[in-house]
Amino acid sequence: MNIIVILAPLSLLLGGLALVFFFWTLRNGQYEDPAGDAARILLPDADDRPV
Amino acid sequence: MALIDAAASVDLSGFVRRGQGAAEADFVVRGARCAACLGKIERGVLALPDVAQCRLNLSTGRLHVAWEGGRADPGRILSTVEALGYSCAPFDPGQGRRDVDREGRELALALGVSGFGAANVMMFTVPIWAGLFGQELGEHSRQTLYWLSGIVATPCTLYAGQPFYRSAFAALRRGHANMDVPITLGVGLALAMSFYETWRGAGHAYFDAAVSLIFLLLIGRFLDHKLRRSARSAASDLLALQAPVAQVLDGRGVVHGMPVSQVRPGDRLVIQPGERVPVDATLLEGASEIDLSLVTGESRPEATSVGMRLAAGVLVLNGKLVVQAASGAEDSSLADLARLMEAGAQAKTAYTRLADRAAALYIPVVHTLAAVTLVLGWALTRSFETGLVRASAVLIVTCPCALGLAVPAVQVAASARLFRRGVLVKSGVALERLAEVDSVVFDKTGVLTDPTPEIVDLEPEVLAAAAELARASRHPLCRALAAKAGTGVVARDVVETAGQGLEGVVGGRRARLGRAGFVGSGALDGPETELWFAREGQPAVRIAFSERLRPGALEIVRHLRQRGLQLRILSGDRGDAVERVADAVGIDHWRAALTPQEKLAEIEALQRAGRKVLMIGDGLNDAAALSIAHASMAPGEASEVSQTAADLVFTGGDLGVVADALGVARLARAMALQNFAFSALYNAVAIPAAMAGMVTPLLAALAMSGSSLVVMGNAARLTLSRRQA
Repeated sequence: MNIIVILAPLSLLLGGLALVFFFWTLRNGQYEDPAGDAARILLPDADDRPV
Repeated sequence: MALIDAAASVDLSGFVRRGQGAAEADFVVRGARCAACLGKIERGVLALPDVAQCRLNLSTGRLHVAWEGGRADPGRILSTVEALGYSCAPFDPGQGRRDVDREGRELALALGVSGFGAANVMMFTVPIWAGLFGQELGEHSRQTLYWLSGIVATPCTLYAGQPFYRSAFAALRRGHANMDVPITLGVGLALAMSFYETWRGAGHAYFDAAVSLIFLLLIGRFLDHKLRRSARSAASDLLALQAPVAQVLDGRGVVHGMPVSQVRPGDRLVIQPGERVPVDATLLEGASEIDLSLVTGESRPEATSVGMRLAAGVLVLNGKLVVQAASGAEDSSLADLARLMEAGAQAKTAYTRLADRAAALYIPVVHTLAAVTLVLGWALTRSFETGLVRASAVLIVTCPCALGLAVPAVQVAASARLFRRGVLVKSGVALERLAEVDSVVFDKTGVLTDPTPEIVDLEPEVLAAAAELARASRHPLCRALAAKAGTGVVARDVVETAGQGLEGVVGGRRARLGRAGFVGSGALDGPETELWFAREGQPAVRIAFSERLRPGALEIVRHLRQRGLQLRILSGDRGDAVERVADAVGIDHWRAALTPQEKLAEIEALQRAGRKVLMIGDGLNDAAALSIAHASMAPGEASEVSQTAADLVFTGGDLGVVADALGVARLARAMALQNFAFSALYNAVAIPAAMAGMVTPLLAALAMSGSSLVVMGNAARLTLSRRQA
């Protein structure tokens, strides 16, 4: 069971990393225009950076 | 279609926000749906000189444009987008700020944090539950897992639960309790008791329940917020498209386009034919006929005279006017109208929400039971501690997760369904009130009748000839005439005399179209709206217009009557016009020539008699009645004040959606009640178990999450079901 001492913090670290990335996408405006993002992928020359 | 045809020539600099060496502006674009539209618009706008950046948000229909240097030309953007075939209007987000959804972002953050917490705590909790079924798990491992759960769950719950704690404390400070009070209490107790139990080594910890409860409740809040926001932004787009620009004349006689909200009293404004007067104003120059239908409900145009007072919302038909603003935009509706609306809004805040009514029943019962548990537990087991633990367990398992979701989940599903049908629901309470109505009051002009008039029979040859003249004018009657005749040639040498009519050359002969006196028929004004048409050497012909019923008007009246609702018409228009419409749709109770105050009084009298009234109106004269009625709806073409006053706004012109809205509201109410019944059942099982000290953390977690999922699943039926309610 001692392996928990390593595995538990590791999983928290990975989960925390995902949370940090979620914060980043949110602040980066990646949820502002879901319909537009779906459309931009089809255009060769559209500006596909987030707002 | 452009609402401001002169867009290219009007200076729209009032909409441009300037920073250091750069300028930006926002526009509303309608009709863009796909990648091709998006590419076409962005490429088109980027090709314009000085445009540095252009971004169309396909989800909200907002176009953001930034220019480099100081040279910004918003008029070019409008004409470019319109030339591509989309309607476009400048949009003023207000106070020069970009429209940021701060609350939505906070909720999303909280949702992320609680999701992280719920997932990780679950990871630590599942082994413990597995241990309950005989798998090997040592005492120390279990304690470690509990401590880990506590370390993760506590900060997540404290952070993510803030929306609930804030609302609960705000309610307590005002001296009453809402659903967030037991939620806060339950979560707080669950955390405190879990730490105590873990410290004691007893192993009845509820960390997982606390954090997943917050997670589930936040899902409901988040969806609710998103929906409300999209309805609000759709409503503000409607208004932006309706009255986008005020043309302000400066001291040197130059016209500037400005957001209506920036107009100050004393400004001189130019009103083109076909535009609405944006604020209350006094007429300085020019003559025209004006359409008062949004202001008073009167359907027949009126002539202007210099010095006349024009109320905001008056439609200028055929002459260019210069007016002086008598007030700013905020107080442009009449002062007493604003006061009447305020009174109505106050009456509505007294309405108790379904959820609050449930909370009022639920809170005392649960808290009494918890107290009884404490006393009984103490007396029976001779241990105060056991009593306290059982009382806390009662408060934790009854934490109203399902009850808290019961109403919002249903309202979100119902509003989403109506949103797809073109009905914007401003608040969830509005749906609850709508479900209760037993009488419907219609305004006539613009609600039961279509805004464009219909021509009463006319010879095709006369129609074709008159249409040649009519095509040159923006007067609504001329437009109706031109629309009926279809495309064709325009008469030569057309001169329009404001308030009188048009003269030009049709088929080589001089012809006149307009009022009886202008055309020279010698007839008096008839009861119906009319135009006269005369060609040189021929007698004048009368072209009569009648109001046309809005699509779906007949069906909706029949449908509502079948459902046992009492129907009435309250109109500001003349008696004969109202009678004709009332006969056509088959409504017996009607009153005509009412002032806004009289409309309000009528509704109040009905409501005092115990009736719950749904008011459907579009004019400024309906705003007070809309705000006092139990529930209210306004069409998308209605005046700004009415749309603000109404609970629901329907777009698309068909009155049939009123029945949909009513049906969905009633279905939503039935489902909310089902959810309440389910929550009560759940509590009826859970409370005795908790009182007897039989609730384990596993049971609590299963029961609480399970009940929330059942409630949400029931609400989802509303989205899926095709049943005509």
